[in-house]
Amino acid sequence: MPIVVEHLTHVYMPGSPFESLALDDVSFEIQDGEFVGLIGHTGSGKSTLVQHLNGLLKPTKGRIVVDDIEITSESKVPKRLRQHVGLVFQYPEHQLFEETVYQDIAFGPRNLNLPEDEVERRVREAMALVGLDFEAVKDRSPFEISGGQRRRVAIAGVLAMEPRILILDEPTAGLDPRGRDEILGQIKNLHAQRGMTIILVSHSMEDIARLVDRIIVMNRGRIALMGKPEEVFSHVDELHAMGLGIPQITHVMRGLKARGMDVPDNIYTVEQAVKVILERVRGKKK
Amino acid sequence: MEPIIRLQDVQFEYLSFEGEEIAALNGVTLDIQKGEFVVIIGHNGSGKSTLAKHLNALLRPSSGVVWIKGMDTRDEDKLWEIRQTAGMVFQNPDNQLVATVVEEDVAFGPENLGLPPEEIQRRVAEALKAVGMQEYAQAAPHYLSGGQKQRVAIAGILAMKPEIIVLDEPTAMLDPVGRREVMETVKYLNKHEGITVVHITHYMEEAVDADRVIVMEQGKIVLQGTPQEVFSQVEVLKEIGLDVPQVTELAYRLRAEGLDVPLNVLKVEEMVDAICRL
Repeated sequence: MPIVVEHLTHVYMPGSPFESLALDDVSFEIQDGEFVGLIGHTGSGKSTLVQHLNGLLKPTKGRIVVDDIEITSESKVPKRLRQHVGLVFQYPEHQLFEETVYQDIAFGPRNLNLPEDEVERRVREAMALVGLDFEAVKDRSPFEISGGQRRRVAIAGVLAMEPRILILDEPTAGLDPRGRDEILGQIKNLHAQRGMTIILVSHSMEDIARLVDRIIVMNRGRIALMGKPEEVFSHVDELHAMGLGIPQITHVMRGLKARGMDVPDNIYTVEQAVKVILERVRGKKK
Repeated sequence: MEPIIRLQDVQFEYLSFEGEEIAALNGVTLDIQKGEFVVIIGHNGSGKSTLAKHLNALLRPSSGVVWIKGMDTRDEDKLWEIRQTAGMVFQNPDNQLVATVVEEDVAFGPENLGLPPEEIQRRVAEALKAVGMQEYAQAAPHYLSGGQKQRVAIAGILAMKPEIIVLDEPTAMLDPVGRREVMETVKYLNKHEGITVVHITHYMEEAVDADRVIVMEQGKIVLQGTPQEVFSQVEVLKEIGLDVPQVTELAYRLRAEGLDVPLNVLKVEEMVDAICRL
């Protein structure tokens, strides 16, 4: 079942002097197994939006349907929604609290009253999914392992709930290039091998461009752009006006176009650029 | 002239969880001249933050010597003078602001120096102006964006009149707009206020305008030079697990295909020029 969001509006602190419109009539659908990138400047409403998808916030107006669960301003959010939709917050490692890695990841499944052998199965599987060695790490304190490992423990804690839909809010923030590539690689596997529906919230156009099927760009509480990466990246001026970075390579291609070279302006990876430039340059010499 | 920062064969060891001795810095020798803009890159665990913490005596070498403006950081009596000479900005903007009003936060340092109120006011106003935050003097820090908070943190350091500012991944937690704001501020302080800058980052594009780029790996300096020199070592950087700017990557791949593109290209316009010349 897809995720359906219809005319979603959210107002923070309505009726107070601090009233602010965070989401303004947002509608979209996400199909099962899709990998969607959600981009937007700080304050664009993207975090408010994802908090609606697992029921942390309720709409002021409009509705959301996830699987067979409908959420409106009136609804009581059923607990099972949070099992369907796993949300990994920014800097999730700040939420680790248990004495060992095992205990921390097992916390969620134990709260489902699962038998201990099922809890262990889930902990093992979740650790494998994020590339943590079960025997080597399970008894360590989450506070004495490296930052990149801590983040994986936190993600494993969400995966151990076996959600069908996984939302990650800036999962690579603060990581170095190697840590970033590892985490993104694992997320890609969750999508490719498990068929999970994934929503990746990020500032990084480069990361998003490499991974997702579709991009939703938020600006001032509304959807500003939505489509395949090559469609979205062709709106360079709009993206720029929203304070969003554009891949450097897209700038190069636009520079070439401005100088009269016949190249598409929606190129966003180095691989695509190499191919196009080789074609043009070699074509010219013939 | 004597370098403002000197490190001679600096070692720093600590005990790991398993009780092993780990060398976070393993023989670092480095001179930084007054007014230089130096960027240090390297992945987590390469020793770059440990190195930064040696520059204002938050850490002291296990062996070897660090001199800041001629002062040996092992000299306890010089501790405060060293910290006033070399100010430090950290990664998380929320952990560095202490007051409920921006100008009070910036005044915190000078107040602790026991300066007269008019001198404190003057320094706070100047510092906020230098980082472009004068309009926010009366604002509450928690209403500011990440980039603005970092600029307030930098102003707090500036109010101490440092000659050196060390920034330890100040942009890691910011969005693209915040990163741009902080980098413009840092470059301004270096160019117009003559402050020596040591900037630590993962983001290679922040290294492009530096006077010198230093690459750390396993507690050692493995590469250093101008941005052009360092980034043309694409293979070495990839081996270490670091990024190169996308244009450099493009130049590298085009060369591999036999095209005559210079490898020391760092900026979009240079790359466009190079391709148009083919």
